[in-house]
Amino acid sequence: MSPILFYLFAALTVCFGIAVVANRNPVASALCLVVSFLGLAALFVGLDAYFIAVIQVLVYAGAVMVLFLFIIMLLDLKAETRRKPNLPAYVGGGLVALAFIAQLWLVLERYSAAHQPFPTMWASEGKSIDDVTNVGTTLFSVHNLPFQVIGVLILVATIGVVVLSKRELK
Amino acid sequence: MDYLYSTDFLFLVGTSLAKTIFLIFLVVLPMVSYTVYAERRVSALIQDRVGPNRTGFPLSLIGGKDWSPFLGGLGQPIADAVKFLLKEDFVPAHVNKFYFWIAPTLSMMPAIVTLAVIPFGSTILGVPMVVANINVGVLFMFAISSVSVYGIVLAGWSSNSKYPFLGGIRSTSQMISYELGMGLSAVPVLLIAGSTSLPQIVEYQIHNGWMMLPYSNGHLGWGKTLLWIPIIISFVTFTISMFAETNRLPFDLPESETELVAGYHTEYSSMKFALFFLGEYTAMIAGSALIVVLYLGGYHVPGIPNGDAQGGIPILRHVPGLIWGIVNITAFFAKVAALLFVFIWVRWTLPRFRYDQLMKLGWLYIFEIALVNIFLTAGILACTH
Amino acid sequence: MAYVVPRPNLTWKEKIYLPSIVAGLAITIKHLKRMLKGETKVVMQYPEEKWDAHMPEHYRGAPTLVKDEHDRERCVACQLCEFICPPRAITITPEEIPAESKFAKVEKRPKEFEIDMIRCIYCGLCEEVCPEQAIFLRKDYAITGTTRAEMKHDKAKLYELGGVMKGLVHKWNPKK
Ligand code: SF4
Ligand code: SF4
Repeated sequence: MSPILFYLFAALTVCFGIAVVANRNPVASALCLVVSFLGLAALFVGLDAYFIAVIQVLVYAGAVMVLFLFIIMLLDLKAETRRKPNLPAYVGGGLVALAFIAQLWLVLERYSAAHQPFPTMWASEGKSIDDVTNVGTTLFSVHNLPFQVIGVLILVATIGVVVLSKRELK
Repeated sequence: MDYLYSTDFLFLVGTSLAKTIFLIFLVVLPMVSYTVYAERRVSALIQDRVGPNRTGFPLSLIGGKDWSPFLGGLGQPIADAVKFLLKEDFVPAHVNKFYFWIAPTLSMMPAIVTLAVIPFGSTILGVPMVVANINVGVLFMFAISSVSVYGIVLAGWSSNSKYPFLGGIRSTSQMISYELGMGLSAVPVLLIAGSTSLPQIVEYQIHNGWMMLPYSNGHLGWGKTLLWIPIIISFVTFTISMFAETNRLPFDLPESETELVAGYHTEYSSMKFALFFLGEYTAMIAGSALIVVLYLGGYHVPGIPNGDAQGGIPILRHVPGLIWGIVNITAFFAKVAALLFVFIWVRWTLPRFRYDQLMKLGWLYIFEIALVNIFLTAGILACTH
Repeated sequence: MAYVVPRPNLTWKEKIYLPSIVAGLAITIKHLKRMLKGETKVVMQYPEEKWDAHMPEHYRGAPTLVKDEHDRERCVACQLCEFICPPRAITITPEEIPAESKFAKVEKRPKEFEIDMIRCIYCGLCEEVCPEQAIFLRKDYAITGTTRAEMKHDKAKLYELGGVMKGLVHKWNPKK
């Protein structure tokens, strides 16, 4: 992937990520998150992971966020009122973020694969990497058991929701 | 980095641009305007009326005697476009300006972007007739069309008025419900073709017969006949979901005139309104194109060679491939046009669903049938291979 | 009183809905085919084809003034129509008929008679109220104009549209 494109989409993702937190209007926040997801998807495309990128858009931007927006609109959330800045909270939050970045930095520094340059997108031009097959075979062979367990877990959660919502209030 | 400056890359960019321009400006946009025209004419004919049959070009302006009578209303889309451009663009005072402005583009753009992965022809002079040949074409189409709901939702929300809001809410739940059904109904085709890449699905159909016409390659077989059952089920559920996804009658609840004035675009006027219209019809064309690629053999016509003058009836291979390439493209859009006619035909036949019926159909029937159909297909595939 | 509408028991075929959709599609395509073959004849191409020949005798088109066989203006400028006209479309300026005229006995005639066709609602009250059978609603329905002035029918225009009408009551004829 061209570094220019990487920086462009990375900046897009981060900027809109910040905008999600900074915005006071919930609808605007949700939409910023969508754009952030799209930037992330673009980064995945840069890594030749088309499948992951498309799933990112399909599931997060296309379904989850639409539901979020739906809920926000149904509840008719209004923009938050501006509160007095709470200094200790800001400092604390900033420190946590800094600590997290430092941790990431330290881990990635020791991780040898992180030192290699990004695989270039153009190098794979012509020979196609079938990432759908790759993801599929990996999921259903190496990680078969966890995959099934997650499936059951989600099923349980779904049934739980249905049972809860069907129960009559006393 | 070198690749960025190589002639290969320039060639890729050049041909992609040429294909995009051809597809969007020479095929899809005219097709959209004439689909609107066809919609009006066909609906009129179905209802025993005549429809717009007069708008021609003012020949009197260039010295002719009269308005051209022979055009029979074919000038109507152009007149409509001019009308849309010249009308007052009214923005109500109570709307949320920013979202009100971006909503129409958001409903138009995804529909156009989905066209990028459609293989609309074989090859012309060796250049494959698909703008972006990616291996997850089907998923790409689903993903991008699922984004198009934002346009409608934002239009409904930012209009800050009751009817558009209800339309927006309806369309959100409708699209989410039917996306699932649509994705799952297409899975049997992907299983059979063994690929999620649209050009490869078409290749498969050229060699093994169209999905909906399994004997079109001239070979009979038991396995194929058995597989026909799940494919037909998948075709029906997929088409129904496609109607719902594109907000066409009988699923046009987001804009049902009788209850919601005009639904999510009630507050829009002029070109902004036209963009919603264009988006809807472009989505229809993209949807039909997807159905053609998945079930009706894409650009393939039995017996006609491809753009490299290969395949098909041997005697036809002596004709240069360029001609067959053009024939392939024409065949593809002819199939799309036929499907569009079906879209229109269905619209002027069926009444609108009630909202609970719509949800019940989506979640209790389409979804379940599609799910069972996947197992059926997998079972048949496992037994016959 | 509550009235319970019995729900029909649908058969299996009706429940899956698809057969009736196909039946509906068959009906619409039949209409389309009939239309294309020109078997359905319900629409008239208006400016070229007109309904005029089928227009009934009592058709209420534009109001007009008529003359009788003796070329006498039947209107005596009594102004009843001016009073009755709901949208006040009629404006009449009466004048005395000069003594040397053949019809001096009638005494009064309209100097100017104007009907504003933008206002007229084709109600026919003027025709009904007229004691002289002078004003009639005729069959002209395509009254158009590019200016407001053009849409005001003056006396000349009204007589031109109305023409001569024979066989009406002759109460001004000399006694024999
Ligand atoms: S038809 Fe009615 S509206 Fe017209 S001039 Fe006569 S009275 Fe007036
Ligand atoms: S048209 Fe009849 S009603 Fe009207 S002024 Fe003349 S005579 Fe009187």
